[in-house]
Amino acid sequence: MSGTTVTTDKPAATTVGRKPPRLARRAAKRRGGPRKRPSVLLNILMTVMLLYALLPLFWLVVNSTKTQAALFSTFGLWFGGKFALWSNIHQVFTYDNGVFLRWLGNTVLYVVAGAGGATLLATLAGYGMAKYDFPGKRLVFAIVLGAVAVPATALAVPTFLLFSDLHLTNTPWAVIVPSLVSPLGFYLIWLYAAEAVPTEILEAARIDGAGEFRTFFVISSRLLTPGVVTVVLFTVVATWNNYFLPLIMLSNPNWYPLTVGLNDWNQQSFTAGDQSVYNLVVTGSLLTVIPIMAAFLYLQRYWRFGLATGSVKG
Amino acid sequence: MAVNSTVAAGSRAAPRGRGRRERGRARWAGWAFVGPFLVVFAFALIVPIGYAVYLSLFRQQLIGGNAFVGLSNYRVALSDPQFWASLRRMLLFLVVQVPVMTVLALLAALALDSARLRWAPLYRLSIFLPYAVPAVVASLMWGFIYGSQFGLVARVRSFLGGHFPDPLSSNWVLTSIGNVVTWEFVGYNMLIFFSALRAVPGELYEAAEIDGATQFAIIRWIKLPALRVAIVVSLIFSVIGSLQLFNEPEVLHFLTPDTIPANFTPNMYAYNLSFAGQEYNYSAAIAIVMGILTVIIAAAVQWYGRRRAA
Repeated sequence: MSGTTVTTDKPAATTVGRKPPRLARRAAKRRGGPRKRPSVLLNILMTVMLLYALLPLFWLVVNSTKTQAALFSTFGLWFGGKFALWSNIHQVFTYDNGVFLRWLGNTVLYVVAGAGGATLLATLAGYGMAKYDFPGKRLVFAIVLGAVAVPATALAVPTFLLFSDLHLTNTPWAVIVPSLVSPLGFYLIWLYAAEAVPTEILEAARIDGAGEFRTFFVISSRLLTPGVVTVVLFTVVATWNNYFLPLIMLSNPNWYPLTVGLNDWNQQSFTAGDQSVYNLVVTGSLLTVIPIMAAFLYLQRYWRFGLATGSVKG
Repeated sequence: MAVNSTVAAGSRAAPRGRGRRERGRARWAGWAFVGPFLVVFAFALIVPIGYAVYLSLFRQQLIGGNAFVGLSNYRVALSDPQFWASLRRMLLFLVVQVPVMTVLALLAALALDSARLRWAPLYRLSIFLPYAVPAVVASLMWGFIYGSQFGLVARVRSFLGGHFPDPLSSNWVLTSIGNVVTWEFVGYNMLIFFSALRAVPGELYEAAEIDGATQFAIIRWIKLPALRVAIVVSLIFSVIGSLQLFNEPEVLHFLTPDTIPANFTPNMYAYNLSFAGQEYNYSAAIAIVMGILTVIIAAAVQWYGRRRAA
């Protein structure tokens, strides 16, 4: 085996094309023997897990409809007091001169620039690793693998000091630049491109005189789409939910993303003598969760989850 | 354009011996693709690692400013009771939370794959949904639920007359944080396992049925072996995640500063050393120690996984 190949002990994946969901479902139904009766016990156990997963979210929805006073005085898992959802939302967006809207805008900026850039860079690089042989390739693999093992959050302090020396802290760049690196995305695209882009197509394009980048953008990028969507999901969730990095990099609330801003409100509520805004923390949390969940539920259909363990299907 | 020698997937060797001249022209094309990623990677990861190592070798002295102290910071770290306390807490978290979550995820994935659920996609999506919730929001929600002021648990406790543990008391707070982390990631791991199960060829099951294998035999001899790689990958992710534990205890810290001290996890300790104590050099040394520890533990998990396979 040549040392430059992807060396995972993955089960050899044979097909690449996305199976139509209905076929896949039928295939899934076929397995497990002839006894296809739904199991009552399994359904009950899974319902318990479902309730566990949804309970805090239900709590969030219910409590977003309460006034701050009712938050303390009514039962947490049911509606109570005046229905205050609209006034809470209004208050979230107007409190402190509408700083929440600013945080929302910042978050969108960090997601578009950070996750978008990370996906683009990871896709180009993973594709380059899968489809080209070049001097130093093994070294690239070794360096990326080695650096990934070092916990990213452990590097936060040195990164902060470095960015501080470069006068990048308290600017959007401090959040965007570290978000641009997705070693996981790089690795996933590498695996995916090796299977999904036939070398023969690239050779045919070369014979027709297409440049390497043109081949990539016109032909390969389409074949890579399912893998790319998977990476988009990972990076979007990671940047939307990022907390530690912006927490250390930013001290100016005008550049906060939603996560840091919300926790700021929460701390303000706990600090004695300050104004508590628990209802804003709860409703703001709900408003933070809704867009990412909508994106998530929409994109998950395309998610190639098996990529994480090296199988191209699934 | 030159015909490039490409590296295909798996063990297919790259075609060798194509014209040297032809190869030479496209030899560097790969760099054009990999280059931009590597530049950012170097700036955002490699340089900070180097800088952390550099910082960890110095100390800010009262007299004489910044002085080279060699490995002294590391010696201090290894005999620092605060650091050891955080490390012990985190290892306890690791050996309890990670197995519990992994087993739950495994059971859920096997249930999804069993074709004996009535609303499998509903279960799959709902259990996975918390993965999309930011750790900050997850911790805030659970914190409110745990809390004594308008917490759900407070209600349950007063209903039971105090016979229910206080989730934020020092005995239970680590478990409560484990619950938040499990809630966030059990669905994610479930899907990793589920997609590995989906990749098992159906013929295997048909053959097992012809042989009259029971469901448990099928799980033991077909499904679990098929899950081996997925389990190792998921364990490595979980271990790295646990070693970096920060967001959940940091958010809950404001709810219960007495039971979640500033050195609750190594990562919180390093953060507070830097940003509250200005001890950047010492904090860098702790970060490096944690990095090395992560590499060792992750490698051990992987080694164990491979050995079991052989």
